[in-house]
Amino acid sequence: MAVREAEPVGSFSEVKEAGLDREDLLGIYRNLLVTRAIEERGHILYKQGKIPGSFYTGRGNEGAAVGVASAMGPDDVGTPLHRDMGVHVTRGVEPWRILAQYMGREDGPTRGRDGNVHMADARLGMIAMVSHLPAMLPVAVGCALAFRIREEKRVAVGWFGEGSAARGDAHEAMNLAGVRQLPVVFVCGNNQWAYSTPTHLGYAVEHLADRAAAYGFEGVVVDGTDVLAVYREAKAAIEKAREGGGPTLLELKTLRMEGHAVHDDAFYVPKELFEEWAKRDPIERFRTWLRENAELTDEEEEGISGRVKKLLNDALAQADESPQPDPATLLDGVWATPEDLDTPHHK
Amino acid sequence: MAEKTYLQAISDGLRQELRRDERVFVIGEDVGVYGGAFKVTLGFQEEFGPWRIIDSPLAETAIVGACTGAAMMGMRPVAEMQFADFISCAWDHLVTVAAKQRFRAGTPVPIVVRLPSGGGFSGGPFHSQNPESSFAHIPGLKCVCPATPEDAKGLLVAAIEDPNPVLFFEHKHLYRRIKGEVPDERYVTPIGKARTHREGEDISVITWGAMVYTADEAAKQLEEADDVSVEVIDLRTVMPWDKEAVLASVRKCSKVLVLHEDTRTGGFGGEIAATIGEEAFEDLDAPIKRVCAPDCPVPFSPILEKAYIPQVDDVVKGLRELAAY
Repeated sequence: MAVREAEPVGSFSEVKEAGLDREDLLGIYRNLLVTRAIEERGHILYKQGKIPGSFYTGRGNEGAAVGVASAMGPDDVGTPLHRDMGVHVTRGVEPWRILAQYMGREDGPTRGRDGNVHMADARLGMIAMVSHLPAMLPVAVGCALAFRIREEKRVAVGWFGEGSAARGDAHEAMNLAGVRQLPVVFVCGNNQWAYSTPTHLGYAVEHLADRAAAYGFEGVVVDGTDVLAVYREAKAAIEKAREGGGPTLLELKTLRMEGHAVHDDAFYVPKELFEEWAKRDPIERFRTWLRENAELTDEEEEGISGRVKKLLNDALAQADESPQPDPATLLDGVWATPEDLDTPHHK
Repeated sequence: MAEKTYLQAISDGLRQELRRDERVFVIGEDVGVYGGAFKVTLGFQEEFGPWRIIDSPLAETAIVGACTGAAMMGMRPVAEMQFADFISCAWDHLVTVAAKQRFRAGTPVPIVVRLPSGGGFSGGPFHSQNPESSFAHIPGLKCVCPATPEDAKGLLVAAIEDPNPVLFFEHKHLYRRIKGEVPDERYVTPIGKARTHREGEDISVITWGAMVYTADEAAKQLEEADDVSVEVIDLRTVMPWDKEAVLASVRKCSKVLVLHEDTRTGGFGGEIAATIGEEAFEDLDAPIKRVCAPDCPVPFSPILEKAYIPQVDDVVKGLRELAAY
């Protein structure tokens, strides 16, 4: 099973074939803008000293995140990571709750117990990441195992990065999924830099997707800045898994357009590389595509960006009103109670 | 009620839960066709099929990590580590994901990891350990260490019911050696409640797992040869642990020996001793004594292993020193 390199998406008719109508496309565009806007607002908040700890963004990865999330079904689950804000946005997390999370407030999904994108809304089928990547891959495989045991037509999506692909959890998870042909899609966000470590110091194959063959399933390399190509390949992989066709490894190639986190100016990334990939900005690229292929008008564009701006302004105000967590509640939730099992996840 | 071995009690308890709750499944190495390294799941795959008694690849992180994912999707997974020692390969997952998910993300992780633990068979450094203290230190993980067949079944049921990750340490030395009356019906032995294995008045021994029997034997000797009455408290669960029962026994006897098969430094006995020191200092008539394995890997040779694992004579010696104090 040789690795396949996905073709870019061309015409609107091709997109329709993949299951998206014009309204869906505008929704994707809106989600891309919301994703970037949240991270840009977050950056400002960080500089204002309102975000404790560190601050991470997924600039350059918006298309990859939104593309995969748009391909997931409502009952599918996933484990998005710190560059995958677009997944949370697409699944419907309200931006004000994300900003509250950044600020460690009571209304963030983790109520100040954890920071930045270490969060998830279980009601939206998401599972909160940990720092030790790719630790979420075995968890995603376990979700898929539950679906397989119960013979449900649901799919789990497990995210990891090219850096964490070097760790054993990735191998164990993909091996188990391959052996049992579980309904899981592995999404490797390959942004070329694991903190300061370039890919040639992280792995020795040409594509990480090459590894899929070793686990008995297909690997596909996709241009992660092409939201429609990501959508098409993710959709195909998810539906294949849903129908019993087993896992797929999608490698979504992007460039991390900022440092590892806000403190890092990424001096080690060649300037030319940034310049080259800036021309492939996923949002600008999709906007151009929409204008050329789906008759996106100035009015529509202005309408969407105006609504996004208002959404974020309101979100900021609402998040800022969210209270600090009460230290008296510090120990809450160290131990789960039987009532806690009454969550959407656990049903 | 029938007399059963410790191993049979665990097996029966697990089978009962598999029958009554279709969310329960078993995953581990060689648990299916082979019935598990110790045969706890012998015949299970015939009854429940290959998707509820799942033979996994040799991959502890995948086993326990998959349990977490499945638990989040509403299942009640029971993982088997072939030996407790191999849990080190899944340490990261348990500590990083399973233990913290409820606290930070509001998502409970109701999984059980069964861990055949303990020495006494020349298993050597990698098939003999008692790593419960390491996990008891991690907020969010429960550690259960039954000593009797009745408790083994009742605590396993409790562990499966529990909404938290539970590490279920089953002592290999008890598997076929210890028999006891076990109710046929389903019952739950609460996690966090100690039991008095032997009533006494002069010295209290706080212990768990296979050491309950070592303590009991030592207590008999003290009673017969020295006319000293020794109480043996079986902690049953190390996290949470029954502080009240321990303090009550200490207050009654005024002298206490903490006994465990794990190594001394950082062993859970240190936490128990510290708590007694903080909360029952005025009730003590002698310094708290610890009898534990020395700070050394578990050795292979029978004579070395005997020198390593606390023996009845070691406990007798400790008790006599306390009695004489």
